[in-house]
Amino acid sequence: MIVNRTDLPVLKPFRIRAGEPFRFSIWHGVALFAILLVTVGIGEAHAQAAGKPGIIETMLKWTPLLLQGFALNIAMSFLAMAIGTAVGVPLGLAQISLLLPVRTGSWFVTQFFRNSPWLVLLFYCMLLLPFEVRVGDVVIPLPGWLKSTIGLSLPVMANVSELVRGAVRSIPYGQWESAESLAMTRWQTLHMVILPQCVKRMTPPWMNLYAILTVATPLTSVVGVSEAMTLTGDILSSEGRTELLVPMYLYLLLFFFLYCYPIARATLALEKRFAVK
Amino acid sequence: MMSWTPDQPLVRLKDVRKTFAALTVLNGVSMDVMKGEVICIIGPSGSGKSTLLRCINALVPIDAGSILVEGQEVNDPKLDKLALRRKVGMVFQQYNLFPHKTALENVMMAPIHVLKRDKKEVDAQARALIKKVRLEGKEGSYPGELSGGQQQRIAIARSLAMNPDVMLFDEVTAALDPETVKEVLVAIRELAEDGMTCMLVTHEMGFAREVADEVYFTDGGVLVEHAPPKQFFANPQDPRTRRFLDQIL
Repeated sequence: MIVNRTDLPVLKPFRIRAGEPFRFSIWHGVALFAILLVTVGIGEAHAQAAGKPGIIETMLKWTPLLLQGFALNIAMSFLAMAIGTAVGVPLGLAQISLLLPVRTGSWFVTQFFRNSPWLVLLFYCMLLLPFEVRVGDVVIPLPGWLKSTIGLSLPVMANVSELVRGAVRSIPYGQWESAESLAMTRWQTLHMVILPQCVKRMTPPWMNLYAILTVATPLTSVVGVSEAMTLTGDILSSEGRTELLVPMYLYLLLFFFLYCYPIARATLALEKRFAVK
Repeated sequence: MMSWTPDQPLVRLKDVRKTFAALTVLNGVSMDVMKGEVICIIGPSGSGKSTLLRCINALVPIDAGSILVEGQEVNDPKLDKLALRRKVGMVFQQYNLFPHKTALENVMMAPIHVLKRDKKEVDAQARALIKKVRLEGKEGSYPGELSGGQQQRIAIARSLAMNPDVMLFDEVTAALDPETVKEVLVAIRELAEDGMTCMLVTHEMGFAREVADEVYFTDGGVLVEHAPPKQFFANPQDPRTRRFLDQIL
């Protein structure tokens, strides 16, 4: 028996789906913590047998430095999100422009950056951007972390652009019609009627995008930015102890988990709340 | 140019044609609506009734023919759509209130931002209109908190706040629960009694009989016949009209 099929016209509730989004669950954290405990235990045993300082002791010693690196990860994620959103919103609006060239152009830019590997974009930005910009007499240095932040903001921009386009499309056509029949211009309709309704719909996927961006910031270690991932590598090579390897990287993973998990929970809560209305 | 005087039809349609892809929706429709007149358009679904209304405020462009609203040609590429829509109010089947604004804000938005009128003055008018549709006390409610009939009455108030010269009603009771239909019809009847020019697409035959000055029957994109309601319902001329009325009455 087919239950959910009908010949009647049915308006199904709209959901924004940018693929199945990846989300941290509490089980990721439990598993992570359990593995960390086991590996630390094994490491401690090794260290004691070899008469070296304890694993936990060593990890605590490096924690301030790791946190410093992690702060850079967070700063980069904030900045990339801000740039990506600031450019992505107008780009998304351009995708629904009435002018064909604007629409096509912005569509192409969006698709290009949305479907390019983040690491490739990162390399391009590192290699193509100069190390300083001269504006008149003022020289603005462009350090590696800033260049790679710009690199990360490109895919964010493209994803935000698609979010905006999808959200605008999801507003029932009747809203446009009634605004039009009240003699509102297209711009008035957009910024007074359509976009305010979009903000609510866009917030959960936007937060999800931020979580994805944050866990992508260690990519910048590949292009030599001194963030938490790079520093972990530096610490390990200066200690030169193989039993530290696994606990140390797990420790770093735990940092990211603790930061992103609340965001994932909040996203879920918001989605549930908005889904009812 | 603007040589329109109140003794001429407020809305005049002449041989209006509209085709969607291969489907002819309007196939030469002509009608005159005088100031203060209330007309009802009835007919089977898919006969072009809603499209006809949407053509009058240029939501849907027409392919051929002429639509004059107070002497202004709608079928003109240089048409000032916004100026036209200030004169023509429209209420939809699905209400289409702005869900993120309160009832009062819904009514006030267009007069303030489109007509650039004084906020205080609009506020007073909006409250009076909400009172007129008997929703006093619901000014601060959001559309989601109102019933269908209440939303539809706010939609009527919102449209009236623009001080239109003619109101278009597109099956405004079709999506409502039976018990709320009446309150909306009462609001429209009062409007008609105040002398507002109204064009209604409706399935409420009783209502059409009661308030309309003229009833039009459409079928297959043409106006089959029209007559004052008494005559129309008692003595329909065309076999298509008779068949339709037999089916629904």
